[in-house]
Amino acid sequence: MSETTRPRTLPRYSASERSNHWVVAITFILLALSGLAFYHPAFFFLSDLLGGGYWARVLHPYIGVVFFVCFAVLALRLARHNAWEAKDAQWLKHFPDVLANREEHLPEVGRYNALQKALFYVLVLSAVGLLLSGIGLWRAWFSLPVGVVRAAALVHAACAFVAITSIIVHIYAAIWVKGSVRAMTRGDVTWGWAWRHHRAWFRQMVKGANE
Amino acid sequence: MALQSLDIKRRSATTSPTPSVREPSVGAVAKLIDVSKCIGCKACQTACMEWNDLRDEIGTNIGVYDNPADLTEHSWTVMRFAEYENPQGDLEWLIRKDGCMHCEDPGCLKACPSPGAIVQYANGIVDFHEENCIGCGYCVTGCPFNVPRLSKKDHKAYKCTLCSDRVAVGQEPACVKTCPTGAIEFGTKEEMKEHAQARIADLKSRGYANAGLYDPAGVGGTHVMYVLHHADQPTLYSGLPKDPQISPTVSLWKGVAKPLSMAAMALAALVGFFHYMRVGPAETSEEDEHRAEKEVSHE
Amino acid sequence: MTNHWVDIKNADIILIMGGNAAEAHPCGFKWVTEAKAHRGAKLIVVDPRFTRSASVADVYAPIRTGTDIVFLGGVIRYLLEKDQIQHEYVRNYTDLSFIVREDFSFENGLFSGYDAEKRRYDKSSWDYERGEDGYVKTDPTLQHPRCVYQLMKQHYARYTPETVERVCGTPQAKFLQICEMLASTAPANRVATILYALGWAQHSIGAQIIRTAAMMQLLLGNIGMPGGGINALRGHSNIQGLTDLGLMSNLLPGYLTLPNEAEQELPQYLAARTLKPLRPNQMSYWQNYPKFFVSLMKAWWGKAATAENNWAYDYLPKLDKLYDLLQVVELMAQGKMNGYICQGFNPLAAAPNKAKVLEGLAKLKYLVVMDPLATETSEFWRNAGESNPVDPSKIQTEVFRLPTTCFAEEDGSLVNSGRWLQWHWKGAEPPGEARSDIEIMAELFLRIRERYRREGGAFPAPILDLWWPYANEANPTPEELAKEYSGKALVDLPDPKDPARIVRRAGEQLAGFAELRDDGSTACGCWIFSGSWGPTGNLMARRDNSDPTGIGQTLGWSWAWPANRRILYNRASADLQGRPFDPQRKLIYWNGKAWAGADVPDFKVDEPPDSGMGPFIMNPEGVARFFARAGMAEGPFPEHYEPFETPLGYNPLHPKTPAATSNPAARVFARDLADMGKVEEFPHVATTYRLTEHFHYWTKNVRLNAIVQPEQFVEIGEALAKELGIANGERVKVSSKRGYIKAVALVTKRIRPLTIEGKTVHHVGIPIHWGFVGIAKPGFLANTLTPSVGDGNIQTPEFKSFLVKVEKA
Ligand SMILES: Nc1nc2c(c(=O)[nH]1)N[C@H]1C(S)=C(S)[C@@H](COP(=O)(O)OP(=O)(O)OC[C@H]3O[C@@H](n4cnc5c(=O)[nH]c(N)nc54)[C@H](O)[C@@H]3O)O[C@H]1N2
Ligand SMILES: Nc1nc2c(c(=O)[nH]1)N[C@H]1C(S)=C(S)[C@@H](COP(=O)(O)OP(=O)(O)OC[C@H]3O[C@@H](n4cnc5c(=O)[nH]c(N)nc54)[C@H](O)[C@@H]3O)O[C@H]1N2
Ligand code: HEM
Ligand code: HEM
Ligand code: SF4
Ligand code: SF4
Ligand code: SF4
Ligand code: SF4
Ligand code: SF4
Ligand SMILES: [Mo]
Repeated sequence: MSETTRPRTLPRYSASERSNHWVVAITFILLALSGLAFYHPAFFFLSDLLGGGYWARVLHPYIGVVFFVCFAVLALRLARHNAWEAKDAQWLKHFPDVLANREEHLPEVGRYNALQKALFYVLVLSAVGLLLSGIGLWRAWFSLPVGVVRAAALVHAACAFVAITSIIVHIYAAIWVKGSVRAMTRGDVTWGWAWRHHRAWFRQMVKGANE
Repeated sequence: MALQSLDIKRRSATTSPTPSVREPSVGAVAKLIDVSKCIGCKACQTACMEWNDLRDEIGTNIGVYDNPADLTEHSWTVMRFAEYENPQGDLEWLIRKDGCMHCEDPGCLKACPSPGAIVQYANGIVDFHEENCIGCGYCVTGCPFNVPRLSKKDHKAYKCTLCSDRVAVGQEPACVKTCPTGAIEFGTKEEMKEHAQARIADLKSRGYANAGLYDPAGVGGTHVMYVLHHADQPTLYSGLPKDPQISPTVSLWKGVAKPLSMAAMALAALVGFFHYMRVGPAETSEEDEHRAEKEVSHE
Repeated sequence: MTNHWVDIKNADIILIMGGNAAEAHPCGFKWVTEAKAHRGAKLIVVDPRFTRSASVADVYAPIRTGTDIVFLGGVIRYLLEKDQIQHEYVRNYTDLSFIVREDFSFENGLFSGYDAEKRRYDKSSWDYERGEDGYVKTDPTLQHPRCVYQLMKQHYARYTPETVERVCGTPQAKFLQICEMLASTAPANRVATILYALGWAQHSIGAQIIRTAAMMQLLLGNIGMPGGGINALRGHSNIQGLTDLGLMSNLLPGYLTLPNEAEQELPQYLAARTLKPLRPNQMSYWQNYPKFFVSLMKAWWGKAATAENNWAYDYLPKLDKLYDLLQVVELMAQGKMNGYICQGFNPLAAAPNKAKVLEGLAKLKYLVVMDPLATETSEFWRNAGESNPVDPSKIQTEVFRLPTTCFAEEDGSLVNSGRWLQWHWKGAEPPGEARSDIEIMAELFLRIRERYRREGGAFPAPILDLWWPYANEANPTPEELAKEYSGKALVDLPDPKDPARIVRRAGEQLAGFAELRDDGSTACGCWIFSGSWGPTGNLMARRDNSDPTGIGQTLGWSWAWPANRRILYNRASADLQGRPFDPQRKLIYWNGKAWAGADVPDFKVDEPPDSGMGPFIMNPEGVARFFARAGMAEGPFPEHYEPFETPLGYNPLHPKTPAATSNPAARVFARDLADMGKVEEFPHVATTYRLTEHFHYWTKNVRLNAIVQPEQFVEIGEALAKELGIANGERVKVSSKRGYIKAVALVTKRIRPLTIEGKTVHHVGIPIHWGFVGIAKPGFLANTLTPSVGDGNIQTPEFKSFLVKVEKA
C-alpha cells in the first residue's frame, strides 16, 4: 500500500561502503582541521579539536594513516565505476548547463558523472601525495634529510590544499544535488533521482531488475 | 623555557602585534666567536650542559674529536673539528663552536606553527619556549644552519637560548663566561662588530688575507657571529654555509602559498554558497519519479 | 716556572715545545692568547702531533719524539754561528768566560770519566779551573780554547740544520724559520718564553732536554726578563707544592736534600750543601743552608732537636739509593715490600709497564688506597676481561680503601706553576664517610705513636719525639699546618745589629726566611714558604689584583715563594748599570740607593749594580751555567741520546758507539732492559699524552667529561692507516713488548710520517685516560704498553717515546 505513495528506489551503496565512506569523511575532516591549524596561525585554534596543538601533532599522522587505508579500500571498491569514458568529455563540455541545473541538455550520465570521476582521480592522487609527504614530515618515526623534509612540507601542503578544495566541491555537490546524501546515508536513491542525474546507470539498473 | 623578562619582538604563528612600546636601550646583543682563538677545549660545551642542566648520553668515538658527534637536544653547542691542508701545504685545524646563530630573520620562527613556541626578543635572541612547542619539527626545516633538535623524550625542540635567562639579568652567557681563551665574547652587536675588526686586522697581519667577520646578510645578520681566518670559504669550517638563507622551499611554503591557498579554499566555499543562492539546488521532482516509473513500465 | 702565568702576556715569541699547553693548561693558555692579541706575539709549536695548541699557532713544526736536544742544540748552534745572542747578558750573567779543567773531554758521545760497568760517570773532571785564590779562572775575551763559550760552540757545531732534519725529521725550512723567530729575541728589548711539560720531561734524557732549552734562553738573554724564562707547566693542581714540600724520596722541604748513606755526621752533611762563592763578592745563597735546615728540624722535633743532639740529625733516614716510583715497583715485583699506601695516586694506571705493577701489587700483603673515588689500583684484583685479565682467586693482597675528601671539600693552600700559594676555601661538604687526608694521616700517626709508646721498638725516638702541637691532635687544621711551614720564633729574637731590640716575640710568625736562624731559635717547616703566613696574617688569602705597572705583577694577589717574588732571577732583567734592558717592561731597577720596581728583587736589595755581584744568587758562581759541572748525570753539556726503544737502533750522532745509543747514565733494571722491544718487531713510534677533556684516570668517573670524550682511541696518520688498511673509526690493536691495548683508530692528517736517516717513521698517538673503572666506555690502561725506564737524573718514566706495532683488531 505504501508502495504507491513512496517513490521506488535503487540500491547505490552497501552498508559497508557507506561506513567506509564516512570513516574516510570523518578522518579527512579531522585531518583537514588539524592540518589547517598547523598551516595557518588563524586556524591554530582548530587544534583544540584534537586536544590542543601537541595532541593534534601527535594524532594527525595516525589519523592520516587510518584515513589513507580506508580511502584506499573505498577507492578500490569504486574504481571500476570511475573509469573514464568518451562521453565524460562530452559532458564536461556542457559544464555551464550543469551549473545551471539544465541537465536535460547533457549527455546521459552513468553511475558517476565526469566531475565526480575527476574528483575521484584528484583525491586518489592527493591521498597518495599526502601519505608520502606526510611520512616525510612524521618526525616521530622517520628522519629524512632536511632537503627532503622541506620538499615534503611543501608537497603535503599543496596536496592538502587540492584535496580540501576538492572536498569542499564534493560536499557542496552533495548539498546541491538533493537526494544524494541519502545515497550515502541510507544506501539507496529514488528512481527519479537516478533517472534525472545518472540516467544511463538507472537504465542499466532497472534493466537488470526487470530481467 | 619561558622564564624570561625580556621584551618580545616577534612570536611564532602570531598575526597580531606584539607589545612594542618599550624600546630597550641596550639594543641588539651578539656573541662573537673568534675561531682563531679557540682551542677546542669544549669548556663552553660543558658550561652549557651545567648551566642548562643538560646531560647527553655517553656516546662512542667514531674517529673524530667531535663529541658528542652532533648537536642534540642535550648538546646545544658542539665543537666541530676540521682538518684542512692549505695551498702552502701547511695543515690547519679549524675548530668551530657550532650552535644556534640567533638569526635576525630566523627561519625556525618563520616555520613554526605553534603560537609563541619561538620568540625573538628585542635584543635579538631567538628563544624556544618549549611549553608551547608541539613537536612538529618545522623549525628544523626552517633553519638554514641545521640547529634545532627534537627530543625523543618529550618531543619538543631544543637549542641554544643564548642564555636568555642570564642575559636578562645582565650576565653573559655561560659559555662566554667559561671560555678560557676569550675566544667567545659577548656584548652589543655594534661592540662585537668593532671588536671583530681589530681581530681581523690582527689576523691579516699574520698572513690571513681573507680574514673576516661572518654575519650573513641572507638571514638579516646573526646575533652569533664568527671571526674566521678564511671568511671567503666558510664551508671549510665543517660546512658553515657560505650564503645561508631560509630555503626557497620554506619561503614559498610559509610565504605566499599560505594566504593564496587560504583564499582559494575560502573562495571555493563562497562560490558554492552563491551558486546555491542564485541557481538553487538540483532537485528531483515528482515528475522525475513518474518519468522513471514510466520508462520502466514502457519497456 | 721561573716566571708566572700572567707574565706570559709579556712575551714576543712563545715556544710551546715538549708540552701541549692549550690542552693540558687551557686556563693558563689565556695568557698566550693575550700576548698574541695585545703584543702581536708569535706562537711556535713543535710537537710530533699537530695539537690543539698548534691549531692556534703561527708556526708548527713536527719532530720525532725524544730528539729535542738535537733541535734545541741546532738552535744553539744557529744563535752562536749567526752571533744572535744577548752579548751584555751572556758576558756578565753567565759562565761563558769560565775556564774548564783540562781533563774534561767529550769523545764518541761520552764525556770523560765514564764507567760502562756501573753506567755511571766519575764527574771530577767536569769542573772549572781554579786560580790561586780559590776562585774560578775566567777569560773575559772568550778566546781561551777551554772557556765555556769555546767548548759549547765546539760541542754544538755538529748540530747543523741538516742533522736536525735527518734526526728529528723536522723540515729544514721550518727549522730555520723557527731559529730566525727565536733569534729575533736576542736584542735586549725582545723576549721569548718557553712553555713545556712532559713532552720534554718524560724521556730518559728529559732533564737534559730542559737544560738545553734553558741554555738557549740564556744565550738570548731571556731569563729573568718579564715575558721570558723557562716555564714548566706543572701537572696536578698542587704538584708544585708537592715538590716544594719535598715529597720525593730524596728531598726535604724547600729543596733541601736528605743525607746519603756516606753522610752520617751533620757537619759533613752541612758542609757539602753550604756552598762557598766561586767568584769574588758573590752571594751564594745556599751559604744559609744551616739556617733552613735547623729551623726545619725544630719544626719537626721541637724541643727534642737540640744543639747537643745535632738537631736530631740521627732521626733522618740516610739514603742508600733513590726510592722513586720505578724503584718501588721493582722492589714490589721482587717481593721485597709488604705494604703500600696510595694517597691520591693510581699507580696501576699511572706507572709504566702495567703488567709489572700488577705483579708487584699482587705480591703485597696489604694495600691502602686513600682516594675519594674507586681507582684501577683499588680494584687491581678484579677481572675486567681482556683489559685486566687477572684471576682474583690467586691474589692475596688485602686492600683497604679509605675514602678521602677532594680539594673542593677543604680549606688549604695550593701552589700553582708560578709558585703562587693561593689559599682556597671549602666549597662543599664531603659526602658519606669521607675524611680529609690530614685527619686520616693524623689518626694513623697517633695510632702508630701509641703502639711505639706501648711496645717500644727498634728506634722509637723519631716517632715519639715528633712535635705534634695541634689543638686537636686527631685533626690538625690547615691553618695550623700553614703557620708551621711558614715559620715562627721559638724564643724572643734579638736584632743581630742591636741585641737590645727584640724583632720577634716568642711564638710570633716570621716575616720571611731572612729571619731564620741556625741556633734553634726559629722553627720553619719549609723555608721557601717562609712569610706566607707572616706576622700580619695569611698572605696566601690576599686577593688584590691591582697591577700598577700593567705588566701583570699583582704583588697583592696571594703570595709567591720565595719572598713573594714573582719572577726569579729578576736582577738579570736589568743591565750592568741597573737599568731595565727593556724600558717598556720595567721589572726592577737600581734607584741609586736600592733595587726597586714591580717585583721583589731577587738580589741583595742594597747591593749596587756595579759591585760585580751576579744575578744568579743561588749559584756559588753568581752567574748562570751553560756548563752544568757535576749537576747532571749525563754530562755538563746536553747531548742527544736515543730513547731506550729507538726506531733506529743506534745513535745517529754516534753510530759507531753502542754505549752512546741511549742515555749512558740512566739506571735500568735488568728485567726492564729485557722487556725492551726492537724496531724489527715493533716498527711504530708511540707517544702517550693527555686530552683536554679528561684529567688522568679520575674524570672517567665524571659524567660531563665522559660525555665530551667517551671512548678510548689512538691517533694514527693517514699514511700509516692506508699502509695497514685501517679505516677511520675502526678498532685497532696496539702492542708493545709488554702487552697490548685495543681502541678505536682516529685517522688524522695531524700525524705525518717523518723521514729519519732516510727511512719512514710513523708515530702513533695514545691518549692516557682510559681504564676499567668509571662511567666512560671501559678501555685499556695505556701504560700496558710503556717501558719501565726513567730519566737519568730524576727517574721520570720514558712515557713519551717507545715502540709499538699497530694492526687491525
Ligand atoms: N686536560 C688535562 N690537563 C692536564 C692533565 C690531564 O690529565 N688532563 N694533567 C696535568 C699533569 S699531571 C701534567 S704533568 C700536565 C702535562 O702537560 P703536557 O706535558 O702538556 O701534556 P702531555 O699531553 O702529556 O704531553 C704534551 C705533548 O708532548 C708531545 N710530545 C711527546 N713527545 C714529545 C717529544 O719528544 N718532543 C716534543 N717536543 N713533544 C713531545 C705530545 O705529542 C703532547 O702533545 O698536564 C696537566 N694538565
Ligand atoms: N703513559 C703515561 N703515563 C703517565 C703519564 C703520561 O703522560 N703518560 N703522566 C704521568 C703523570 S705526569 C702523572 S701526574 C700521573 C698521574 O697519575 P695519578 O696521580 O695516579 O692520576 P690521577 O688520576 O690524577 O690520580 C689521582 C687520584 O687522586 C684522587 N684525589 C683527588 N683529590 C684527592 C684528595 O684530596 N685526596 C686524596 N687522597 N685523593 C684525591 C683522585 O680521585 C685520583 O684517583 O700519571 C703519569 N702517568
Ligand atoms: C561531510 C562530508 C562528505 C559528504 C557529505 C559526502 C557525501 C557524499 C555523497 C552524498 C556521496 C554519494 C555521491 C554519489 O553517489 O553520487 C559521496 C560519494 C563519495 N564520497 Fe563523499 N562525502 C563527504 C566526504 C568525503 C570525503 C572526505 C571523501 C574522500 C576523501 C569522500 C569520498 C567519496 C567518494 C570516493 C565517493 C564516491 C564517488 C566516486 O566514486 O566518484 N567523501 N559522498
Ligand atoms: C595520509 C596520511 C597523512 C600523514 C601521514 C600526514 C602527516 C602529517 C604530518 C606529520 C604533518 C606535520 C604535523 C604533524 O607532525 O602532525 C602534517 C601536516 C599537515 N597535514 Fe597531514 N598527514 C596525512 C594526511 C593528511 C590529509 C588527508 C590532510 C588533509 C587535508 C592533511 C593535511 C595536513 C595539513 C594541512 C598539514 C599542515 C601542513 C603545513 O603546515 O604546511 N594531512 N601531516
Ligand atoms: S671554551 Fe672557548 S676555547 Fe674552549 S672550545 Fe669553547 S670557544 Fe673554544
Ligand atoms: S617543533 Fe619547532 S616548529 Fe614545531 S612547535 Fe616546536 S618549536 Fe615550533
Ligand atoms: S640558526 Fe636556526 S634555530 Fe637559530 S635562529 Fe637561526 S633559524 Fe632559528
Ligand atoms: S649561550 Fe648559553 S645556551 Fe647557548 S651555547 Fe652558550 S651556554 Fe649554551
Ligand atoms: S686545572 Fe682547572 S684551572 Fe687549571 S687549566 Fe685545568 S680547568 Fe683550568
Ligand atoms: Mo703530572
